[in-house]
This record gives sequence, structure tokens and C-alpha cells, in this order.
Amino acid sequence: MIKVAKLKNPAELEKLQQRLQNEHDPEKPIITICNGTGCRALGSENVVSAFKKELKDQKLDGKVGLRPIGCPGFCEMGPIVVIQPENIFYKRVAVEDVGEIVNDTVTDGKLIDRLLYENSSGEKAVHEDDVDFYKKQMRLIIGNNSQIDPENILDYVAIDGYSTLAKVLSTMKPDDVINEITASGLRGRGGAGFPTGRKWKACRDSEGEPKYAICNADEGDPGAFMDRSLLEGNPHSVLEGLIICAFAIGSHEGYVYVRNEYPLAVKTLETAIKQAREYGFLGEDILGSGFDFDVKVIQGGGAFVCGESTALMASIEGRAGDPSPKYIHTTEKGLWGKPSNLNNVETLANVPLIMKNGSDWYRSIGTESSKGTKIFSLVGKINNTGLVEVPMGITLGEIIYDIGGGIPGGRKFKAVQTGGPSGGCIPESLLDLPVDYESLSKHGSMMGSGGMIVMDEDTCMVDIARYFINFLKGESCGKCVPCREGLERMGEILNGICEGKGKEGDIELLEDLGELLADASLCGLGTSAANPVLTTIEHFRDEYIAHIKEKRCPAGVCKSLIHYTIDESACTGCGECLKACPEGAITGEKKQAHTIKLDKCIKCGICYDVCKFDAVRKE
Amino acid sequence: MTTNENGMVRLKINSIEVSADPSWSLLETIRFYGIEVPTLCYVEGLTPYGACRLCVVEIGSGDRTKLVASCTHPVWDGLVVRTHSKRVMKVRRMIMELLLARCPSSKVLQDMAAKMGISSVRFSPKHDDCILCGLCVRMCEEQMGAKAIGFAGRGVDRKITTPFDIRSDLCKACGACMYICPTCQLRCLGPEAKDPLCGGCTNIKPVCMEEGADDALCYMHPCVACVKEPEKV
Repeated sequence: MIKVAKLKNPAELEKLQQRLQNEHDPEKPIITICNGTGCRALGSENVVSAFKKELKDQKLDGKVGLRPIGCPGFCEMGPIVVIQPENIFYKRVAVEDVGEIVNDTVTDGKLIDRLLYENSSGEKAVHEDDVDFYKKQMRLIIGNNSQIDPENILDYVAIDGYSTLAKVLSTMKPDDVINEITASGLRGRGGAGFPTGRKWKACRDSEGEPKYAICNADEGDPGAFMDRSLLEGNPHSVLEGLIICAFAIGSHEGYVYVRNEYPLAVKTLETAIKQAREYGFLGEDILGSGFDFDVKVIQGGGAFVCGESTALMASIEGRAGDPSPKYIHTTEKGLWGKPSNLNNVETLANVPLIMKNGSDWYRSIGTESSKGTKIFSLVGKINNTGLVEVPMGITLGEIIYDIGGGIPGGRKFKAVQTGGPSGGCIPESLLDLPVDYESLSKHGSMMGSGGMIVMDEDTCMVDIARYFINFLKGESCGKCVPCREGLERMGEILNGICEGKGKEGDIELLEDLGELLADASLCGLGTSAANPVLTTIEHFRDEYIAHIKEKRCPAGVCKSLIHYTIDESACTGCGECLKACPEGAITGEKKQAHTIKLDKCIKCGICYDVCKFDAVRKE
Repeated sequence: MTTNENGMVRLKINSIEVSADPSWSLLETIRFYGIEVPTLCYVEGLTPYGACRLCVVEIGSGDRTKLVASCTHPVWDGLVVRTHSKRVMKVRRMIMELLLARCPSSKVLQDMAAKMGISSVRFSPKHDDCILCGLCVRMCEEQMGAKAIGFAGRGVDRKITTPFDIRSDLCKACGACMYICPTCQLRCLGPEAKDPLCGGCTNIKPVCMEEGADDALCYMHPCVACVKEPEKV
């Protein structure tokens, strides 16, 4: 890496950028490899070291660049290798493929057919742009991940990074920044969708010193990982947003609160902060503007509720992460009783974009009330698992079918759960719903931080509601009665329904409890906690009734309500199920129909999975 | 904050226009004007905590109303408050039901429930001793200056204890925590009913007393004979 002394003014930054541009050889091949948390679990670190070794062995390490990057989004096909500048796209690359890629593709320019991604049309995609997963997306924020080695600040500087900060600090007044953000219509990406500009203004106008600029990276929703991917893939964009925010509200001290479960994000972020200090983007007299600002990373202790603003601030102060009433906003009295501005990771990543391209440009993307793009993590029963960044207003159907590639195994779509544990389930009839803050909340769900869990016909909606309530039951701080007692009782009732002990009146009692939670809980966790139950009751009441009255689980998920039998006419007596059964519950002579002893059966479903003749029935 | 010439704010409680000192909490204001609002985690002299949610009131007008815990809510000019609206009462009763199911043998809870006219509890009793109102924690810290006890765990595992569950050197054994506790001291000594709702003492109906003994009291302890059967819904 080029060693540069602290940059003293915007001109020096521009000179550095010029120098990087001159040194950059557009013809030089660069191999980028996904190396975020998700792909590391698939062994991407080994792929990176194999590439390093291979390039060194072939004495190519000067001629070919190697760039481990954060998550580019297409997790289903990870680890992905893209060879720039042609952007040749290889999916699911393993260590064994490395030699071939270097020899054939990098050296000889030949494509390796088996590593190419096949689009749903059956056509092979050669270049990254040909992949239909990316086609309908608008990757303003996450798209940069593939240009950046998150551990190298110069990669970010080379793509114009920090020049927006330089522009803001040298030419704008804090109020202009706030006006620009307000005009852009940017709303909080953490869930509630509060207008960011208004929050900044409230904090700036509040009396009290010092003021704090805080970034909320306590992303706790099951199935959501966009904030993690931003911090792991492009930490400087978040830092730049935070510094601009601090300048706008008049803060000199900032915090990034990262959840305990994100060690890689913490590591990348700490490296980024260290490098930003070395280059003079953090610290005293940033780029000669006279503005001072520095950031500390705080690691959470593993509590979901600490994503709530007051709990988060309590946690930074060193107290237990219990939310407190906020009739007085945290922008007036937040951290240590001082005016504090809390923004989500993705919100802050949007800020440099807006300041660079202007609010008019930003307003042109999205719907009337929701502007810009939003990153969703698309997970569950979906073909293309991954992160998708789409303009607001795109329909759920487009995300699930055009980008997500539909449901695996040709099964039927049933519902999509948006907004994490506080969101709701949206049924098939609402697939045309445009995705923005208002539309989702009108149907009992919410944008949340952007988790999208897709469910197919084999998913039991009562079981889903039970899962989320049991999650929240353990994650509620336990301070206020509605949330603590209400969730426990809801869990009790839902567990009962799933175990076949449901009784008349359970649905009504769940609805009453849901109403209580929404009305009387202390913080946002409680007020939205009942959404998964209320929306599943609204859209899938039949399933609840089937569980309660007929003691039947239509999706065949709830163990207490199903049993396995063998259809004698279909069974060939192959013995596969008999061998696979861990309990020895299946008996039968070879080539004779087998039977399952119900008293021994633990309903694990292995026989159902191994039977090649569809002879095992689940009822 | 907008105040009038006396430094007071004007607000409407149950359609009655009243004035209040801007430093008062909404609950203090409501009680100042003699309106009864139940509380469990609030005691004058301790920092309001806002956890039991029994003191909820409805604020706002039109269809933009919401429920807030009055103990932690400030007063401001033009605030419109309803202390006993349908929505409020539904929430209070439900909370009472949940608390009763948790600690059915607390006399304070049973009396409060009887007063609210709660006639059934739809949850199975847990027979816990503590409703986690946190009065003891605040009493210990704020009035006794000891800070010997605090909360540990979260969600259903939350409990009040000393650090590491061992006897704390900071505890002066002053008993203030027990004095302030609404559940662990005053326990109902009657037979443990299957239904968490008792309401015995409040719903007393002196069937065992002779006619004409209006001025006498029954000293049987515990008396089960005279307890009115709870109405079933």
C-alpha cells in the first residue's frame, strides 16, 4: 500500500486520487473473491490463499491483482470469483478450481464452462452483468463492494471515496447539509423510517454539549445481514456518512455500536477507522477544515433489544440494555443525557451518495414517500439467496420471482415475512404490493431492517408465529409487563396449539394479547412483537383453526399433529427406510411391504425423505 | 414549553380543563386532581420506572390517540388525556390478568383485581413471588444508598438478585426492599385456589354471620365460607 502522510486539505486528497488513477492499469486483470462472513463459512479464505499461492508459484503476483472483497450479494452461488476488467463471473469456486482459473482464464483467456452461472432461461452467463439475479437490481450502495478490498482504504479513495466529505467540509455549512438530506427524502433504514433530515435538525437544534453521532450496527433480526455486509465490504462509506452526519449536527464524538456476533465486521471497521485516522479523515482538523471528529467502536453483549435506541445508549454507557421511555427524544436527551443522533448503517451509507449526486437525483428514485434504494436480505425457501438492492416501490413479486428466481423444487409460494421478528407475513394475494414503508405497514408488516424470509407451502404458519414469539420472548428485556408476560403467554398458547393442545378461544386470546402488546409496551420491540402472530391469524386463520379444532397441521410440520405411515400398495420392500430409521421403528421382510410402529416413531421424517417410491405418507 | 402567566400549563383530563406545573408528571397531575389511577411500580419519592403499565392513559384526540404510561410522561400545554377510556380499561384489565397469573398469592394484586372487577383469569397460574416492578431495586439504591440488588437476565429469565447471586456486602439488611414490595410481604394465606383469581377479601359477603350483626366483623382466618364464587365469563 502507498504510504501517505495525513492529508491536510481537499487538494491533497484530489492529488492522491489522481495518482491512484495514473497508477491504475485498466488492462491489468484483478481477481476478486467473496470473502465476507457467509463465504468464509464456505471456505473462501482457503480459496484466497490458494490464489495467492498459485499466482506466486506462476510468478504472476505482480501482473495479476488479487482482491478479497466483502459480500457482493449473490450468496447462493458463493464464493464467487469475478475476473476484472472483463468481469468474468465464476460461481461456487473451490480450492480445486483455482489452478484452472489462473491457467485457463487469467493466462489464456479461456472460459471454464462448469463454473459459469446458468440463468433461468438456460443460457450461461459469462459476465457479471449477464447474471439475471443482478439485472433488476439497482446496486448503488452494495455494488461498490466488488471494487473494494475492505482492508485497503486506497481502494475506496480510488473510487472517489471521501471526496464528498472533502466537498461538504470545504464548501458547505451544516444547515446546508441538513437541508440537502431533508430534501432528498432519505428515511431511516433501520426499520421505523423516520426522516433522517428531520432527526439531524432536531439534534442540531437541541441544546447541550457534547453531541453524539452514533451508528447503529446492532443488526439482530434473524435472516438479516445487510448491515454486516456493508461493514465488512465497504466500511469507509459508512464512516464517511457518519462524519458528514457529525459535521451536520455539530458532533465531535461518535460511536459505532456493533453486535457481538459480528467479529469480522468489527475487525474490518477497526482497520478502517485506523486507516481513516492515518489519512486524516478522522481526528483533529479533518482535511484542514477545522472540524474535529473521532469514532469509537462499541461491541454489544449479545442482546437483540440493544438495537432499540434507548437500550443501545444505555449499553454504551455501561448499563444493562433496558429501553427507557422516550417522550423526550434521544435527539434532545440521549447518550449520557446529551443530544444524540442515531442512524442505521445503511442510512449512513446513503448519505455520501446523496451529498455527491444531489437530492434531486436521489428523489428521482423510489416512490412518493419512500426514496432511494433499499437492501433486502432474501432468505428462506428461495432459489437465489442473497442480498438484493432494489429501488423502493418495486413489487414483492419482482423481488421474489425475477431476482430471487422463485421457490426451489417447483413448490408453491405461501408467504413472505418482512421486517424481521417485528414484521408480519404477507400472503400470495399481496405479491403485487409495492415495497415501501407505508404499503408494508398498511398490511400489518413493516420494512424493518430489510430481512425477507420466503416461505413455501411446506411451511406451517402457526409454527412460524411460534418461532418468532419464542425468539422475542427470550430477547425482550423483561422490563415492562405486557412484553415480558404477554410474550411468554403467547408463546405458551402457540406451543400448545402446535402440540395439539389448542382450545377454543385461543385465537381470540392471542388477538387480545397482541392488541395489549401493541398498545401498552414500553419500547418498539414490544409494540411490534405481536405482528407475526396477528398477520398470520389475519391471512392464515384456517391453519390455526385446523390445528385447534381438527388437531391437524396442514403443512405437515408440527410433530405432535402428524404421523408417518407406509402405503402398502406403493412400498416395494426395498428396506431403505428400515436401514435409515434411527429408532428401529420400521419392520418388514425384504420385498414385502414395511410398517411403522407408531409407538417407537419419533417423527424425524427420515423415512419420508429416503423413500424413492413415495410410499411413506405424512398425515 | 408554553406556560401561562403563572408558569402553569393547561391540559384536559377527562374533558375537564385543569392546570399543572410543567415539572409534574402526568400521573402526579391526574392524582392531584383526585382521579384514581392504579399503579404498582410507582411510589412517590422513587424515580418513575414505567414498567407495570397499569397507569396507562390515552392521550391525543381524534383517531390519533395513543396509550402512554402516565408515570413517566410529562405534561404539556394542550395535552388531552382520558384516564378511563375503553381502550385504557381493556389494557389495564389484561395486565392485571397477566400479573395475577404470575403471582396469584399476592394480596395487593388480588385486591386490585377485585376492585377492577376482573372476573376471570385466562392463564395458568405460575406462583411466582415477584412481579419485577423494581421498587426494591430503586428503594435500595435511591433511598437507602446501598445499591445491593439489581436486575439480572432478560426476558422470561429476568430476576432481581444480588451480584452473582451471592450475599452482597453492600446489603445492610435494612429490610427496605421487603417493606416496599407489593407482592412478597402481604401474601394471601387462604387455600391455594386452582383459579389464580381469588378476590375473597374484597368480595366478602357475610353469609356466615347471623342476621342483625351488621356492626360486627368476622375474625375467622382464613375464612373460606364467605368468599363469593368468582363469576365465570
